Amino acid sequence: MNATDKIAGAGLVPPEKLIFELSHPGLTAVSLADGDVPAAPPARVLPAELLAQSSPPLPEVGELDLVRHFTRLAHRLFSVDSNFYPLGSCTMKYNPKVNERAVAMPGLCHLHPLQPEADLQGILELLYHTRVFLEEIAGLAEATLQPCAGAHGEMTGVMIINAYHRHRGEDRPKILTPDSAHGTNPATCAMCGRHTSTVASGPDGRVDMADLRAKVDSSTAAMMITNPSTVGLFDPQIAEMARILHDQGALLYLDGANMNAILGITRPGDFGVDVMHFNVHKTFSTPHGCGGPGAGPVAVAEHLRPFLPGPQVVKHDDGSFGWASPGPLSIGRVRSFYGQISVLIRTYAYIRALGADGLRQVSEKAVLSANYLAALLKDHYRLPFTPPFAHEFIMVPEFREHGVTELDVAKRLIDYAIHPPTMSWPVAHCLMIEPTECESLATLDEFADAMIAIAEEAKTTPDRLHHAPLTMPVQRLDEVTAARKPDLRWNPPDEPSTQS
Amino acid sequence: MSTVPTDRKYSPTHEWFLPAGDLVTIGITKFAADQLTDITFVDLPAVGSSVPAGEAFGEIESVKATSELWSAVGGEVVEVNGVLADDPGLVNTDSFGQGWMLKVRVKDAAPLAGLMDAVAYEAMLAGS
Repeated sequence: MNATDKIAGAGLVPPEKLIFELSHPGLTAVSLADGDVPAAPPARVLPAELLAQSSPPLPEVGELDLVRHFTRLAHRLFSVDSNFYPLGSCTMKYNPKVNERAVAMPGLCHLHPLQPEADLQGILELLYHTRVFLEEIAGLAEATLQPCAGAHGEMTGVMIINAYHRHRGEDRPKILTPDSAHGTNPATCAMCGRHTSTVASGPDGRVDMADLRAKVDSSTAAMMITNPSTVGLFDPQIAEMARILHDQGALLYLDGANMNAILGITRPGDFGVDVMHFNVHKTFSTPHGCGGPGAGPVAVAEHLRPFLPGPQVVKHDDGSFGWASPGPLSIGRVRSFYGQISVLIRTYAYIRALGADGLRQVSEKAVLSANYLAALLKDHYRLPFTPPFAHEFIMVPEFREHGVTELDVAKRLIDYAIHPPTMSWPVAHCLMIEPTECESLATLDEFADAMIAIAEEAKTTPDRLHHAPLTMPVQRLDEVTAARKPDLRWNPPDEPSTQS
Repeated sequence: MSTVPTDRKYSPTHEWFLPAGDLVTIGITKFAADQLTDITFVDLPAVGSSVPAGEAFGEIESVKATSELWSAVGGEVVEVNGVLADDPGLVNTDSFGQGWMLKVRVKDAAPLAGLMDAVAYEAMLAGS
């Protein structure tokens, strides 16, 4: 069976009507009890100007139809539990179900953050150990669990960097970011009152060290770098970068988005990082997507410990656990209560389930999977950089002479029930593939077969790709008009759309 | 690729600058528009505001990306291309003509001398 045979049957899934289109006057899914307040006609108790002239056009649907509508929609959800999801840069790995069992334990999910410490020893012990695990994985002195997203971790990190320089009586307004940086890095700097300067990459995708040397000076607060980078390359010059920065009194910040490639293999603290954040929802497998929920613990080197946010979870000399108040140099709280606890519980469960050896295997297999796919696809798509790659890689569909773009390729993948990869970033027209460690050899092979089949289609039947996906309830959507003239409201048939 | 007009100057970030007296018209090149693909929104400063030299003056959005617009010259904005609000696709279809963005009255046109001419800009594109 070749990959084309595996495309799901076209047209089997009918389009789902909007709930408004299922409406029939008089049907309802609710039955309200009589109120114990005497009823009165609205006109008698409200001023005339507050009375609507007609009822709002809410859908009227019976309970069973309502349940079926949302159940059908729920079955169309695409997730890592249903299909392969090789979305580069965001580590859509499998979220083990044992994590969910842990977080749903009554002793954890029914806690209240204002309970006294004596009643919270279990969760405090869990948080303390999570903190220590992350410190060990980072190779850094101390971590805070408060930040509740990756970008929140970045902000916490840059606030710590600012506090450090301020304490030394220095004003350092500039932060360097490589040209492959995540967009959140310069945004974080702007939020924290710093401006960014971009460091160029060389043709090999690694940081241009001459450009770095030229741009580091006494006004440089730090460099924010993702390593392995967003093009999936580990930059072995990282220790030298740290030395160049430290010689000028600047710090090195690691965006931990790509920690999935280096767990247990190398530690940021060992290659000169002063402060970093983890995206535990990516690397340590908690369900995320559509913006949340996440957690972004921040780890720092010894010289930055006084500036960490507080309160901090600690183990007392008597073996009990509790909260320590922040010291005078702390940047203070960055989150109400103690962080995104449910994500941190899953993080703990994941780390404990795998252990140190298991975490190292995670990264080894994630890297092996990415390089395996790159080897299978290199003759069909252009690799702008030279293998070996880390846990992800970018490749460029070169079918422009056939009028086929990366968008066409990505949309066609939907017909193979595979989630499209990240497109056109950080290199124009590329696809970013991150298979993660979780996929079987069979799934990786199926994906490669699909990509090769699409590459053939791009040359032989390019027009088909322009309409892809071909097997879904809706085919190619007009994203340009949707962006230029958004029409966000359903309009009854007798009320024409407000947009032309 | 000999479609780059020779009457103007080019920045490394793919803006073009067309001087006429003390007015400089600013837009982005065809190459930039092609890279961005279908442009959906152009955010430009108001007439009467000032554009600083060597800094961003606005943003351009496409279905693919959002990018800053950069000016080599500083001055007062005397005209913006209001048609782009309704038809940002003009930047795709006629980037060097009807897709222009700003007209700025400059006090100091010297920074233009440091930009590329059409030949140098095309050489840069060929090298990329």
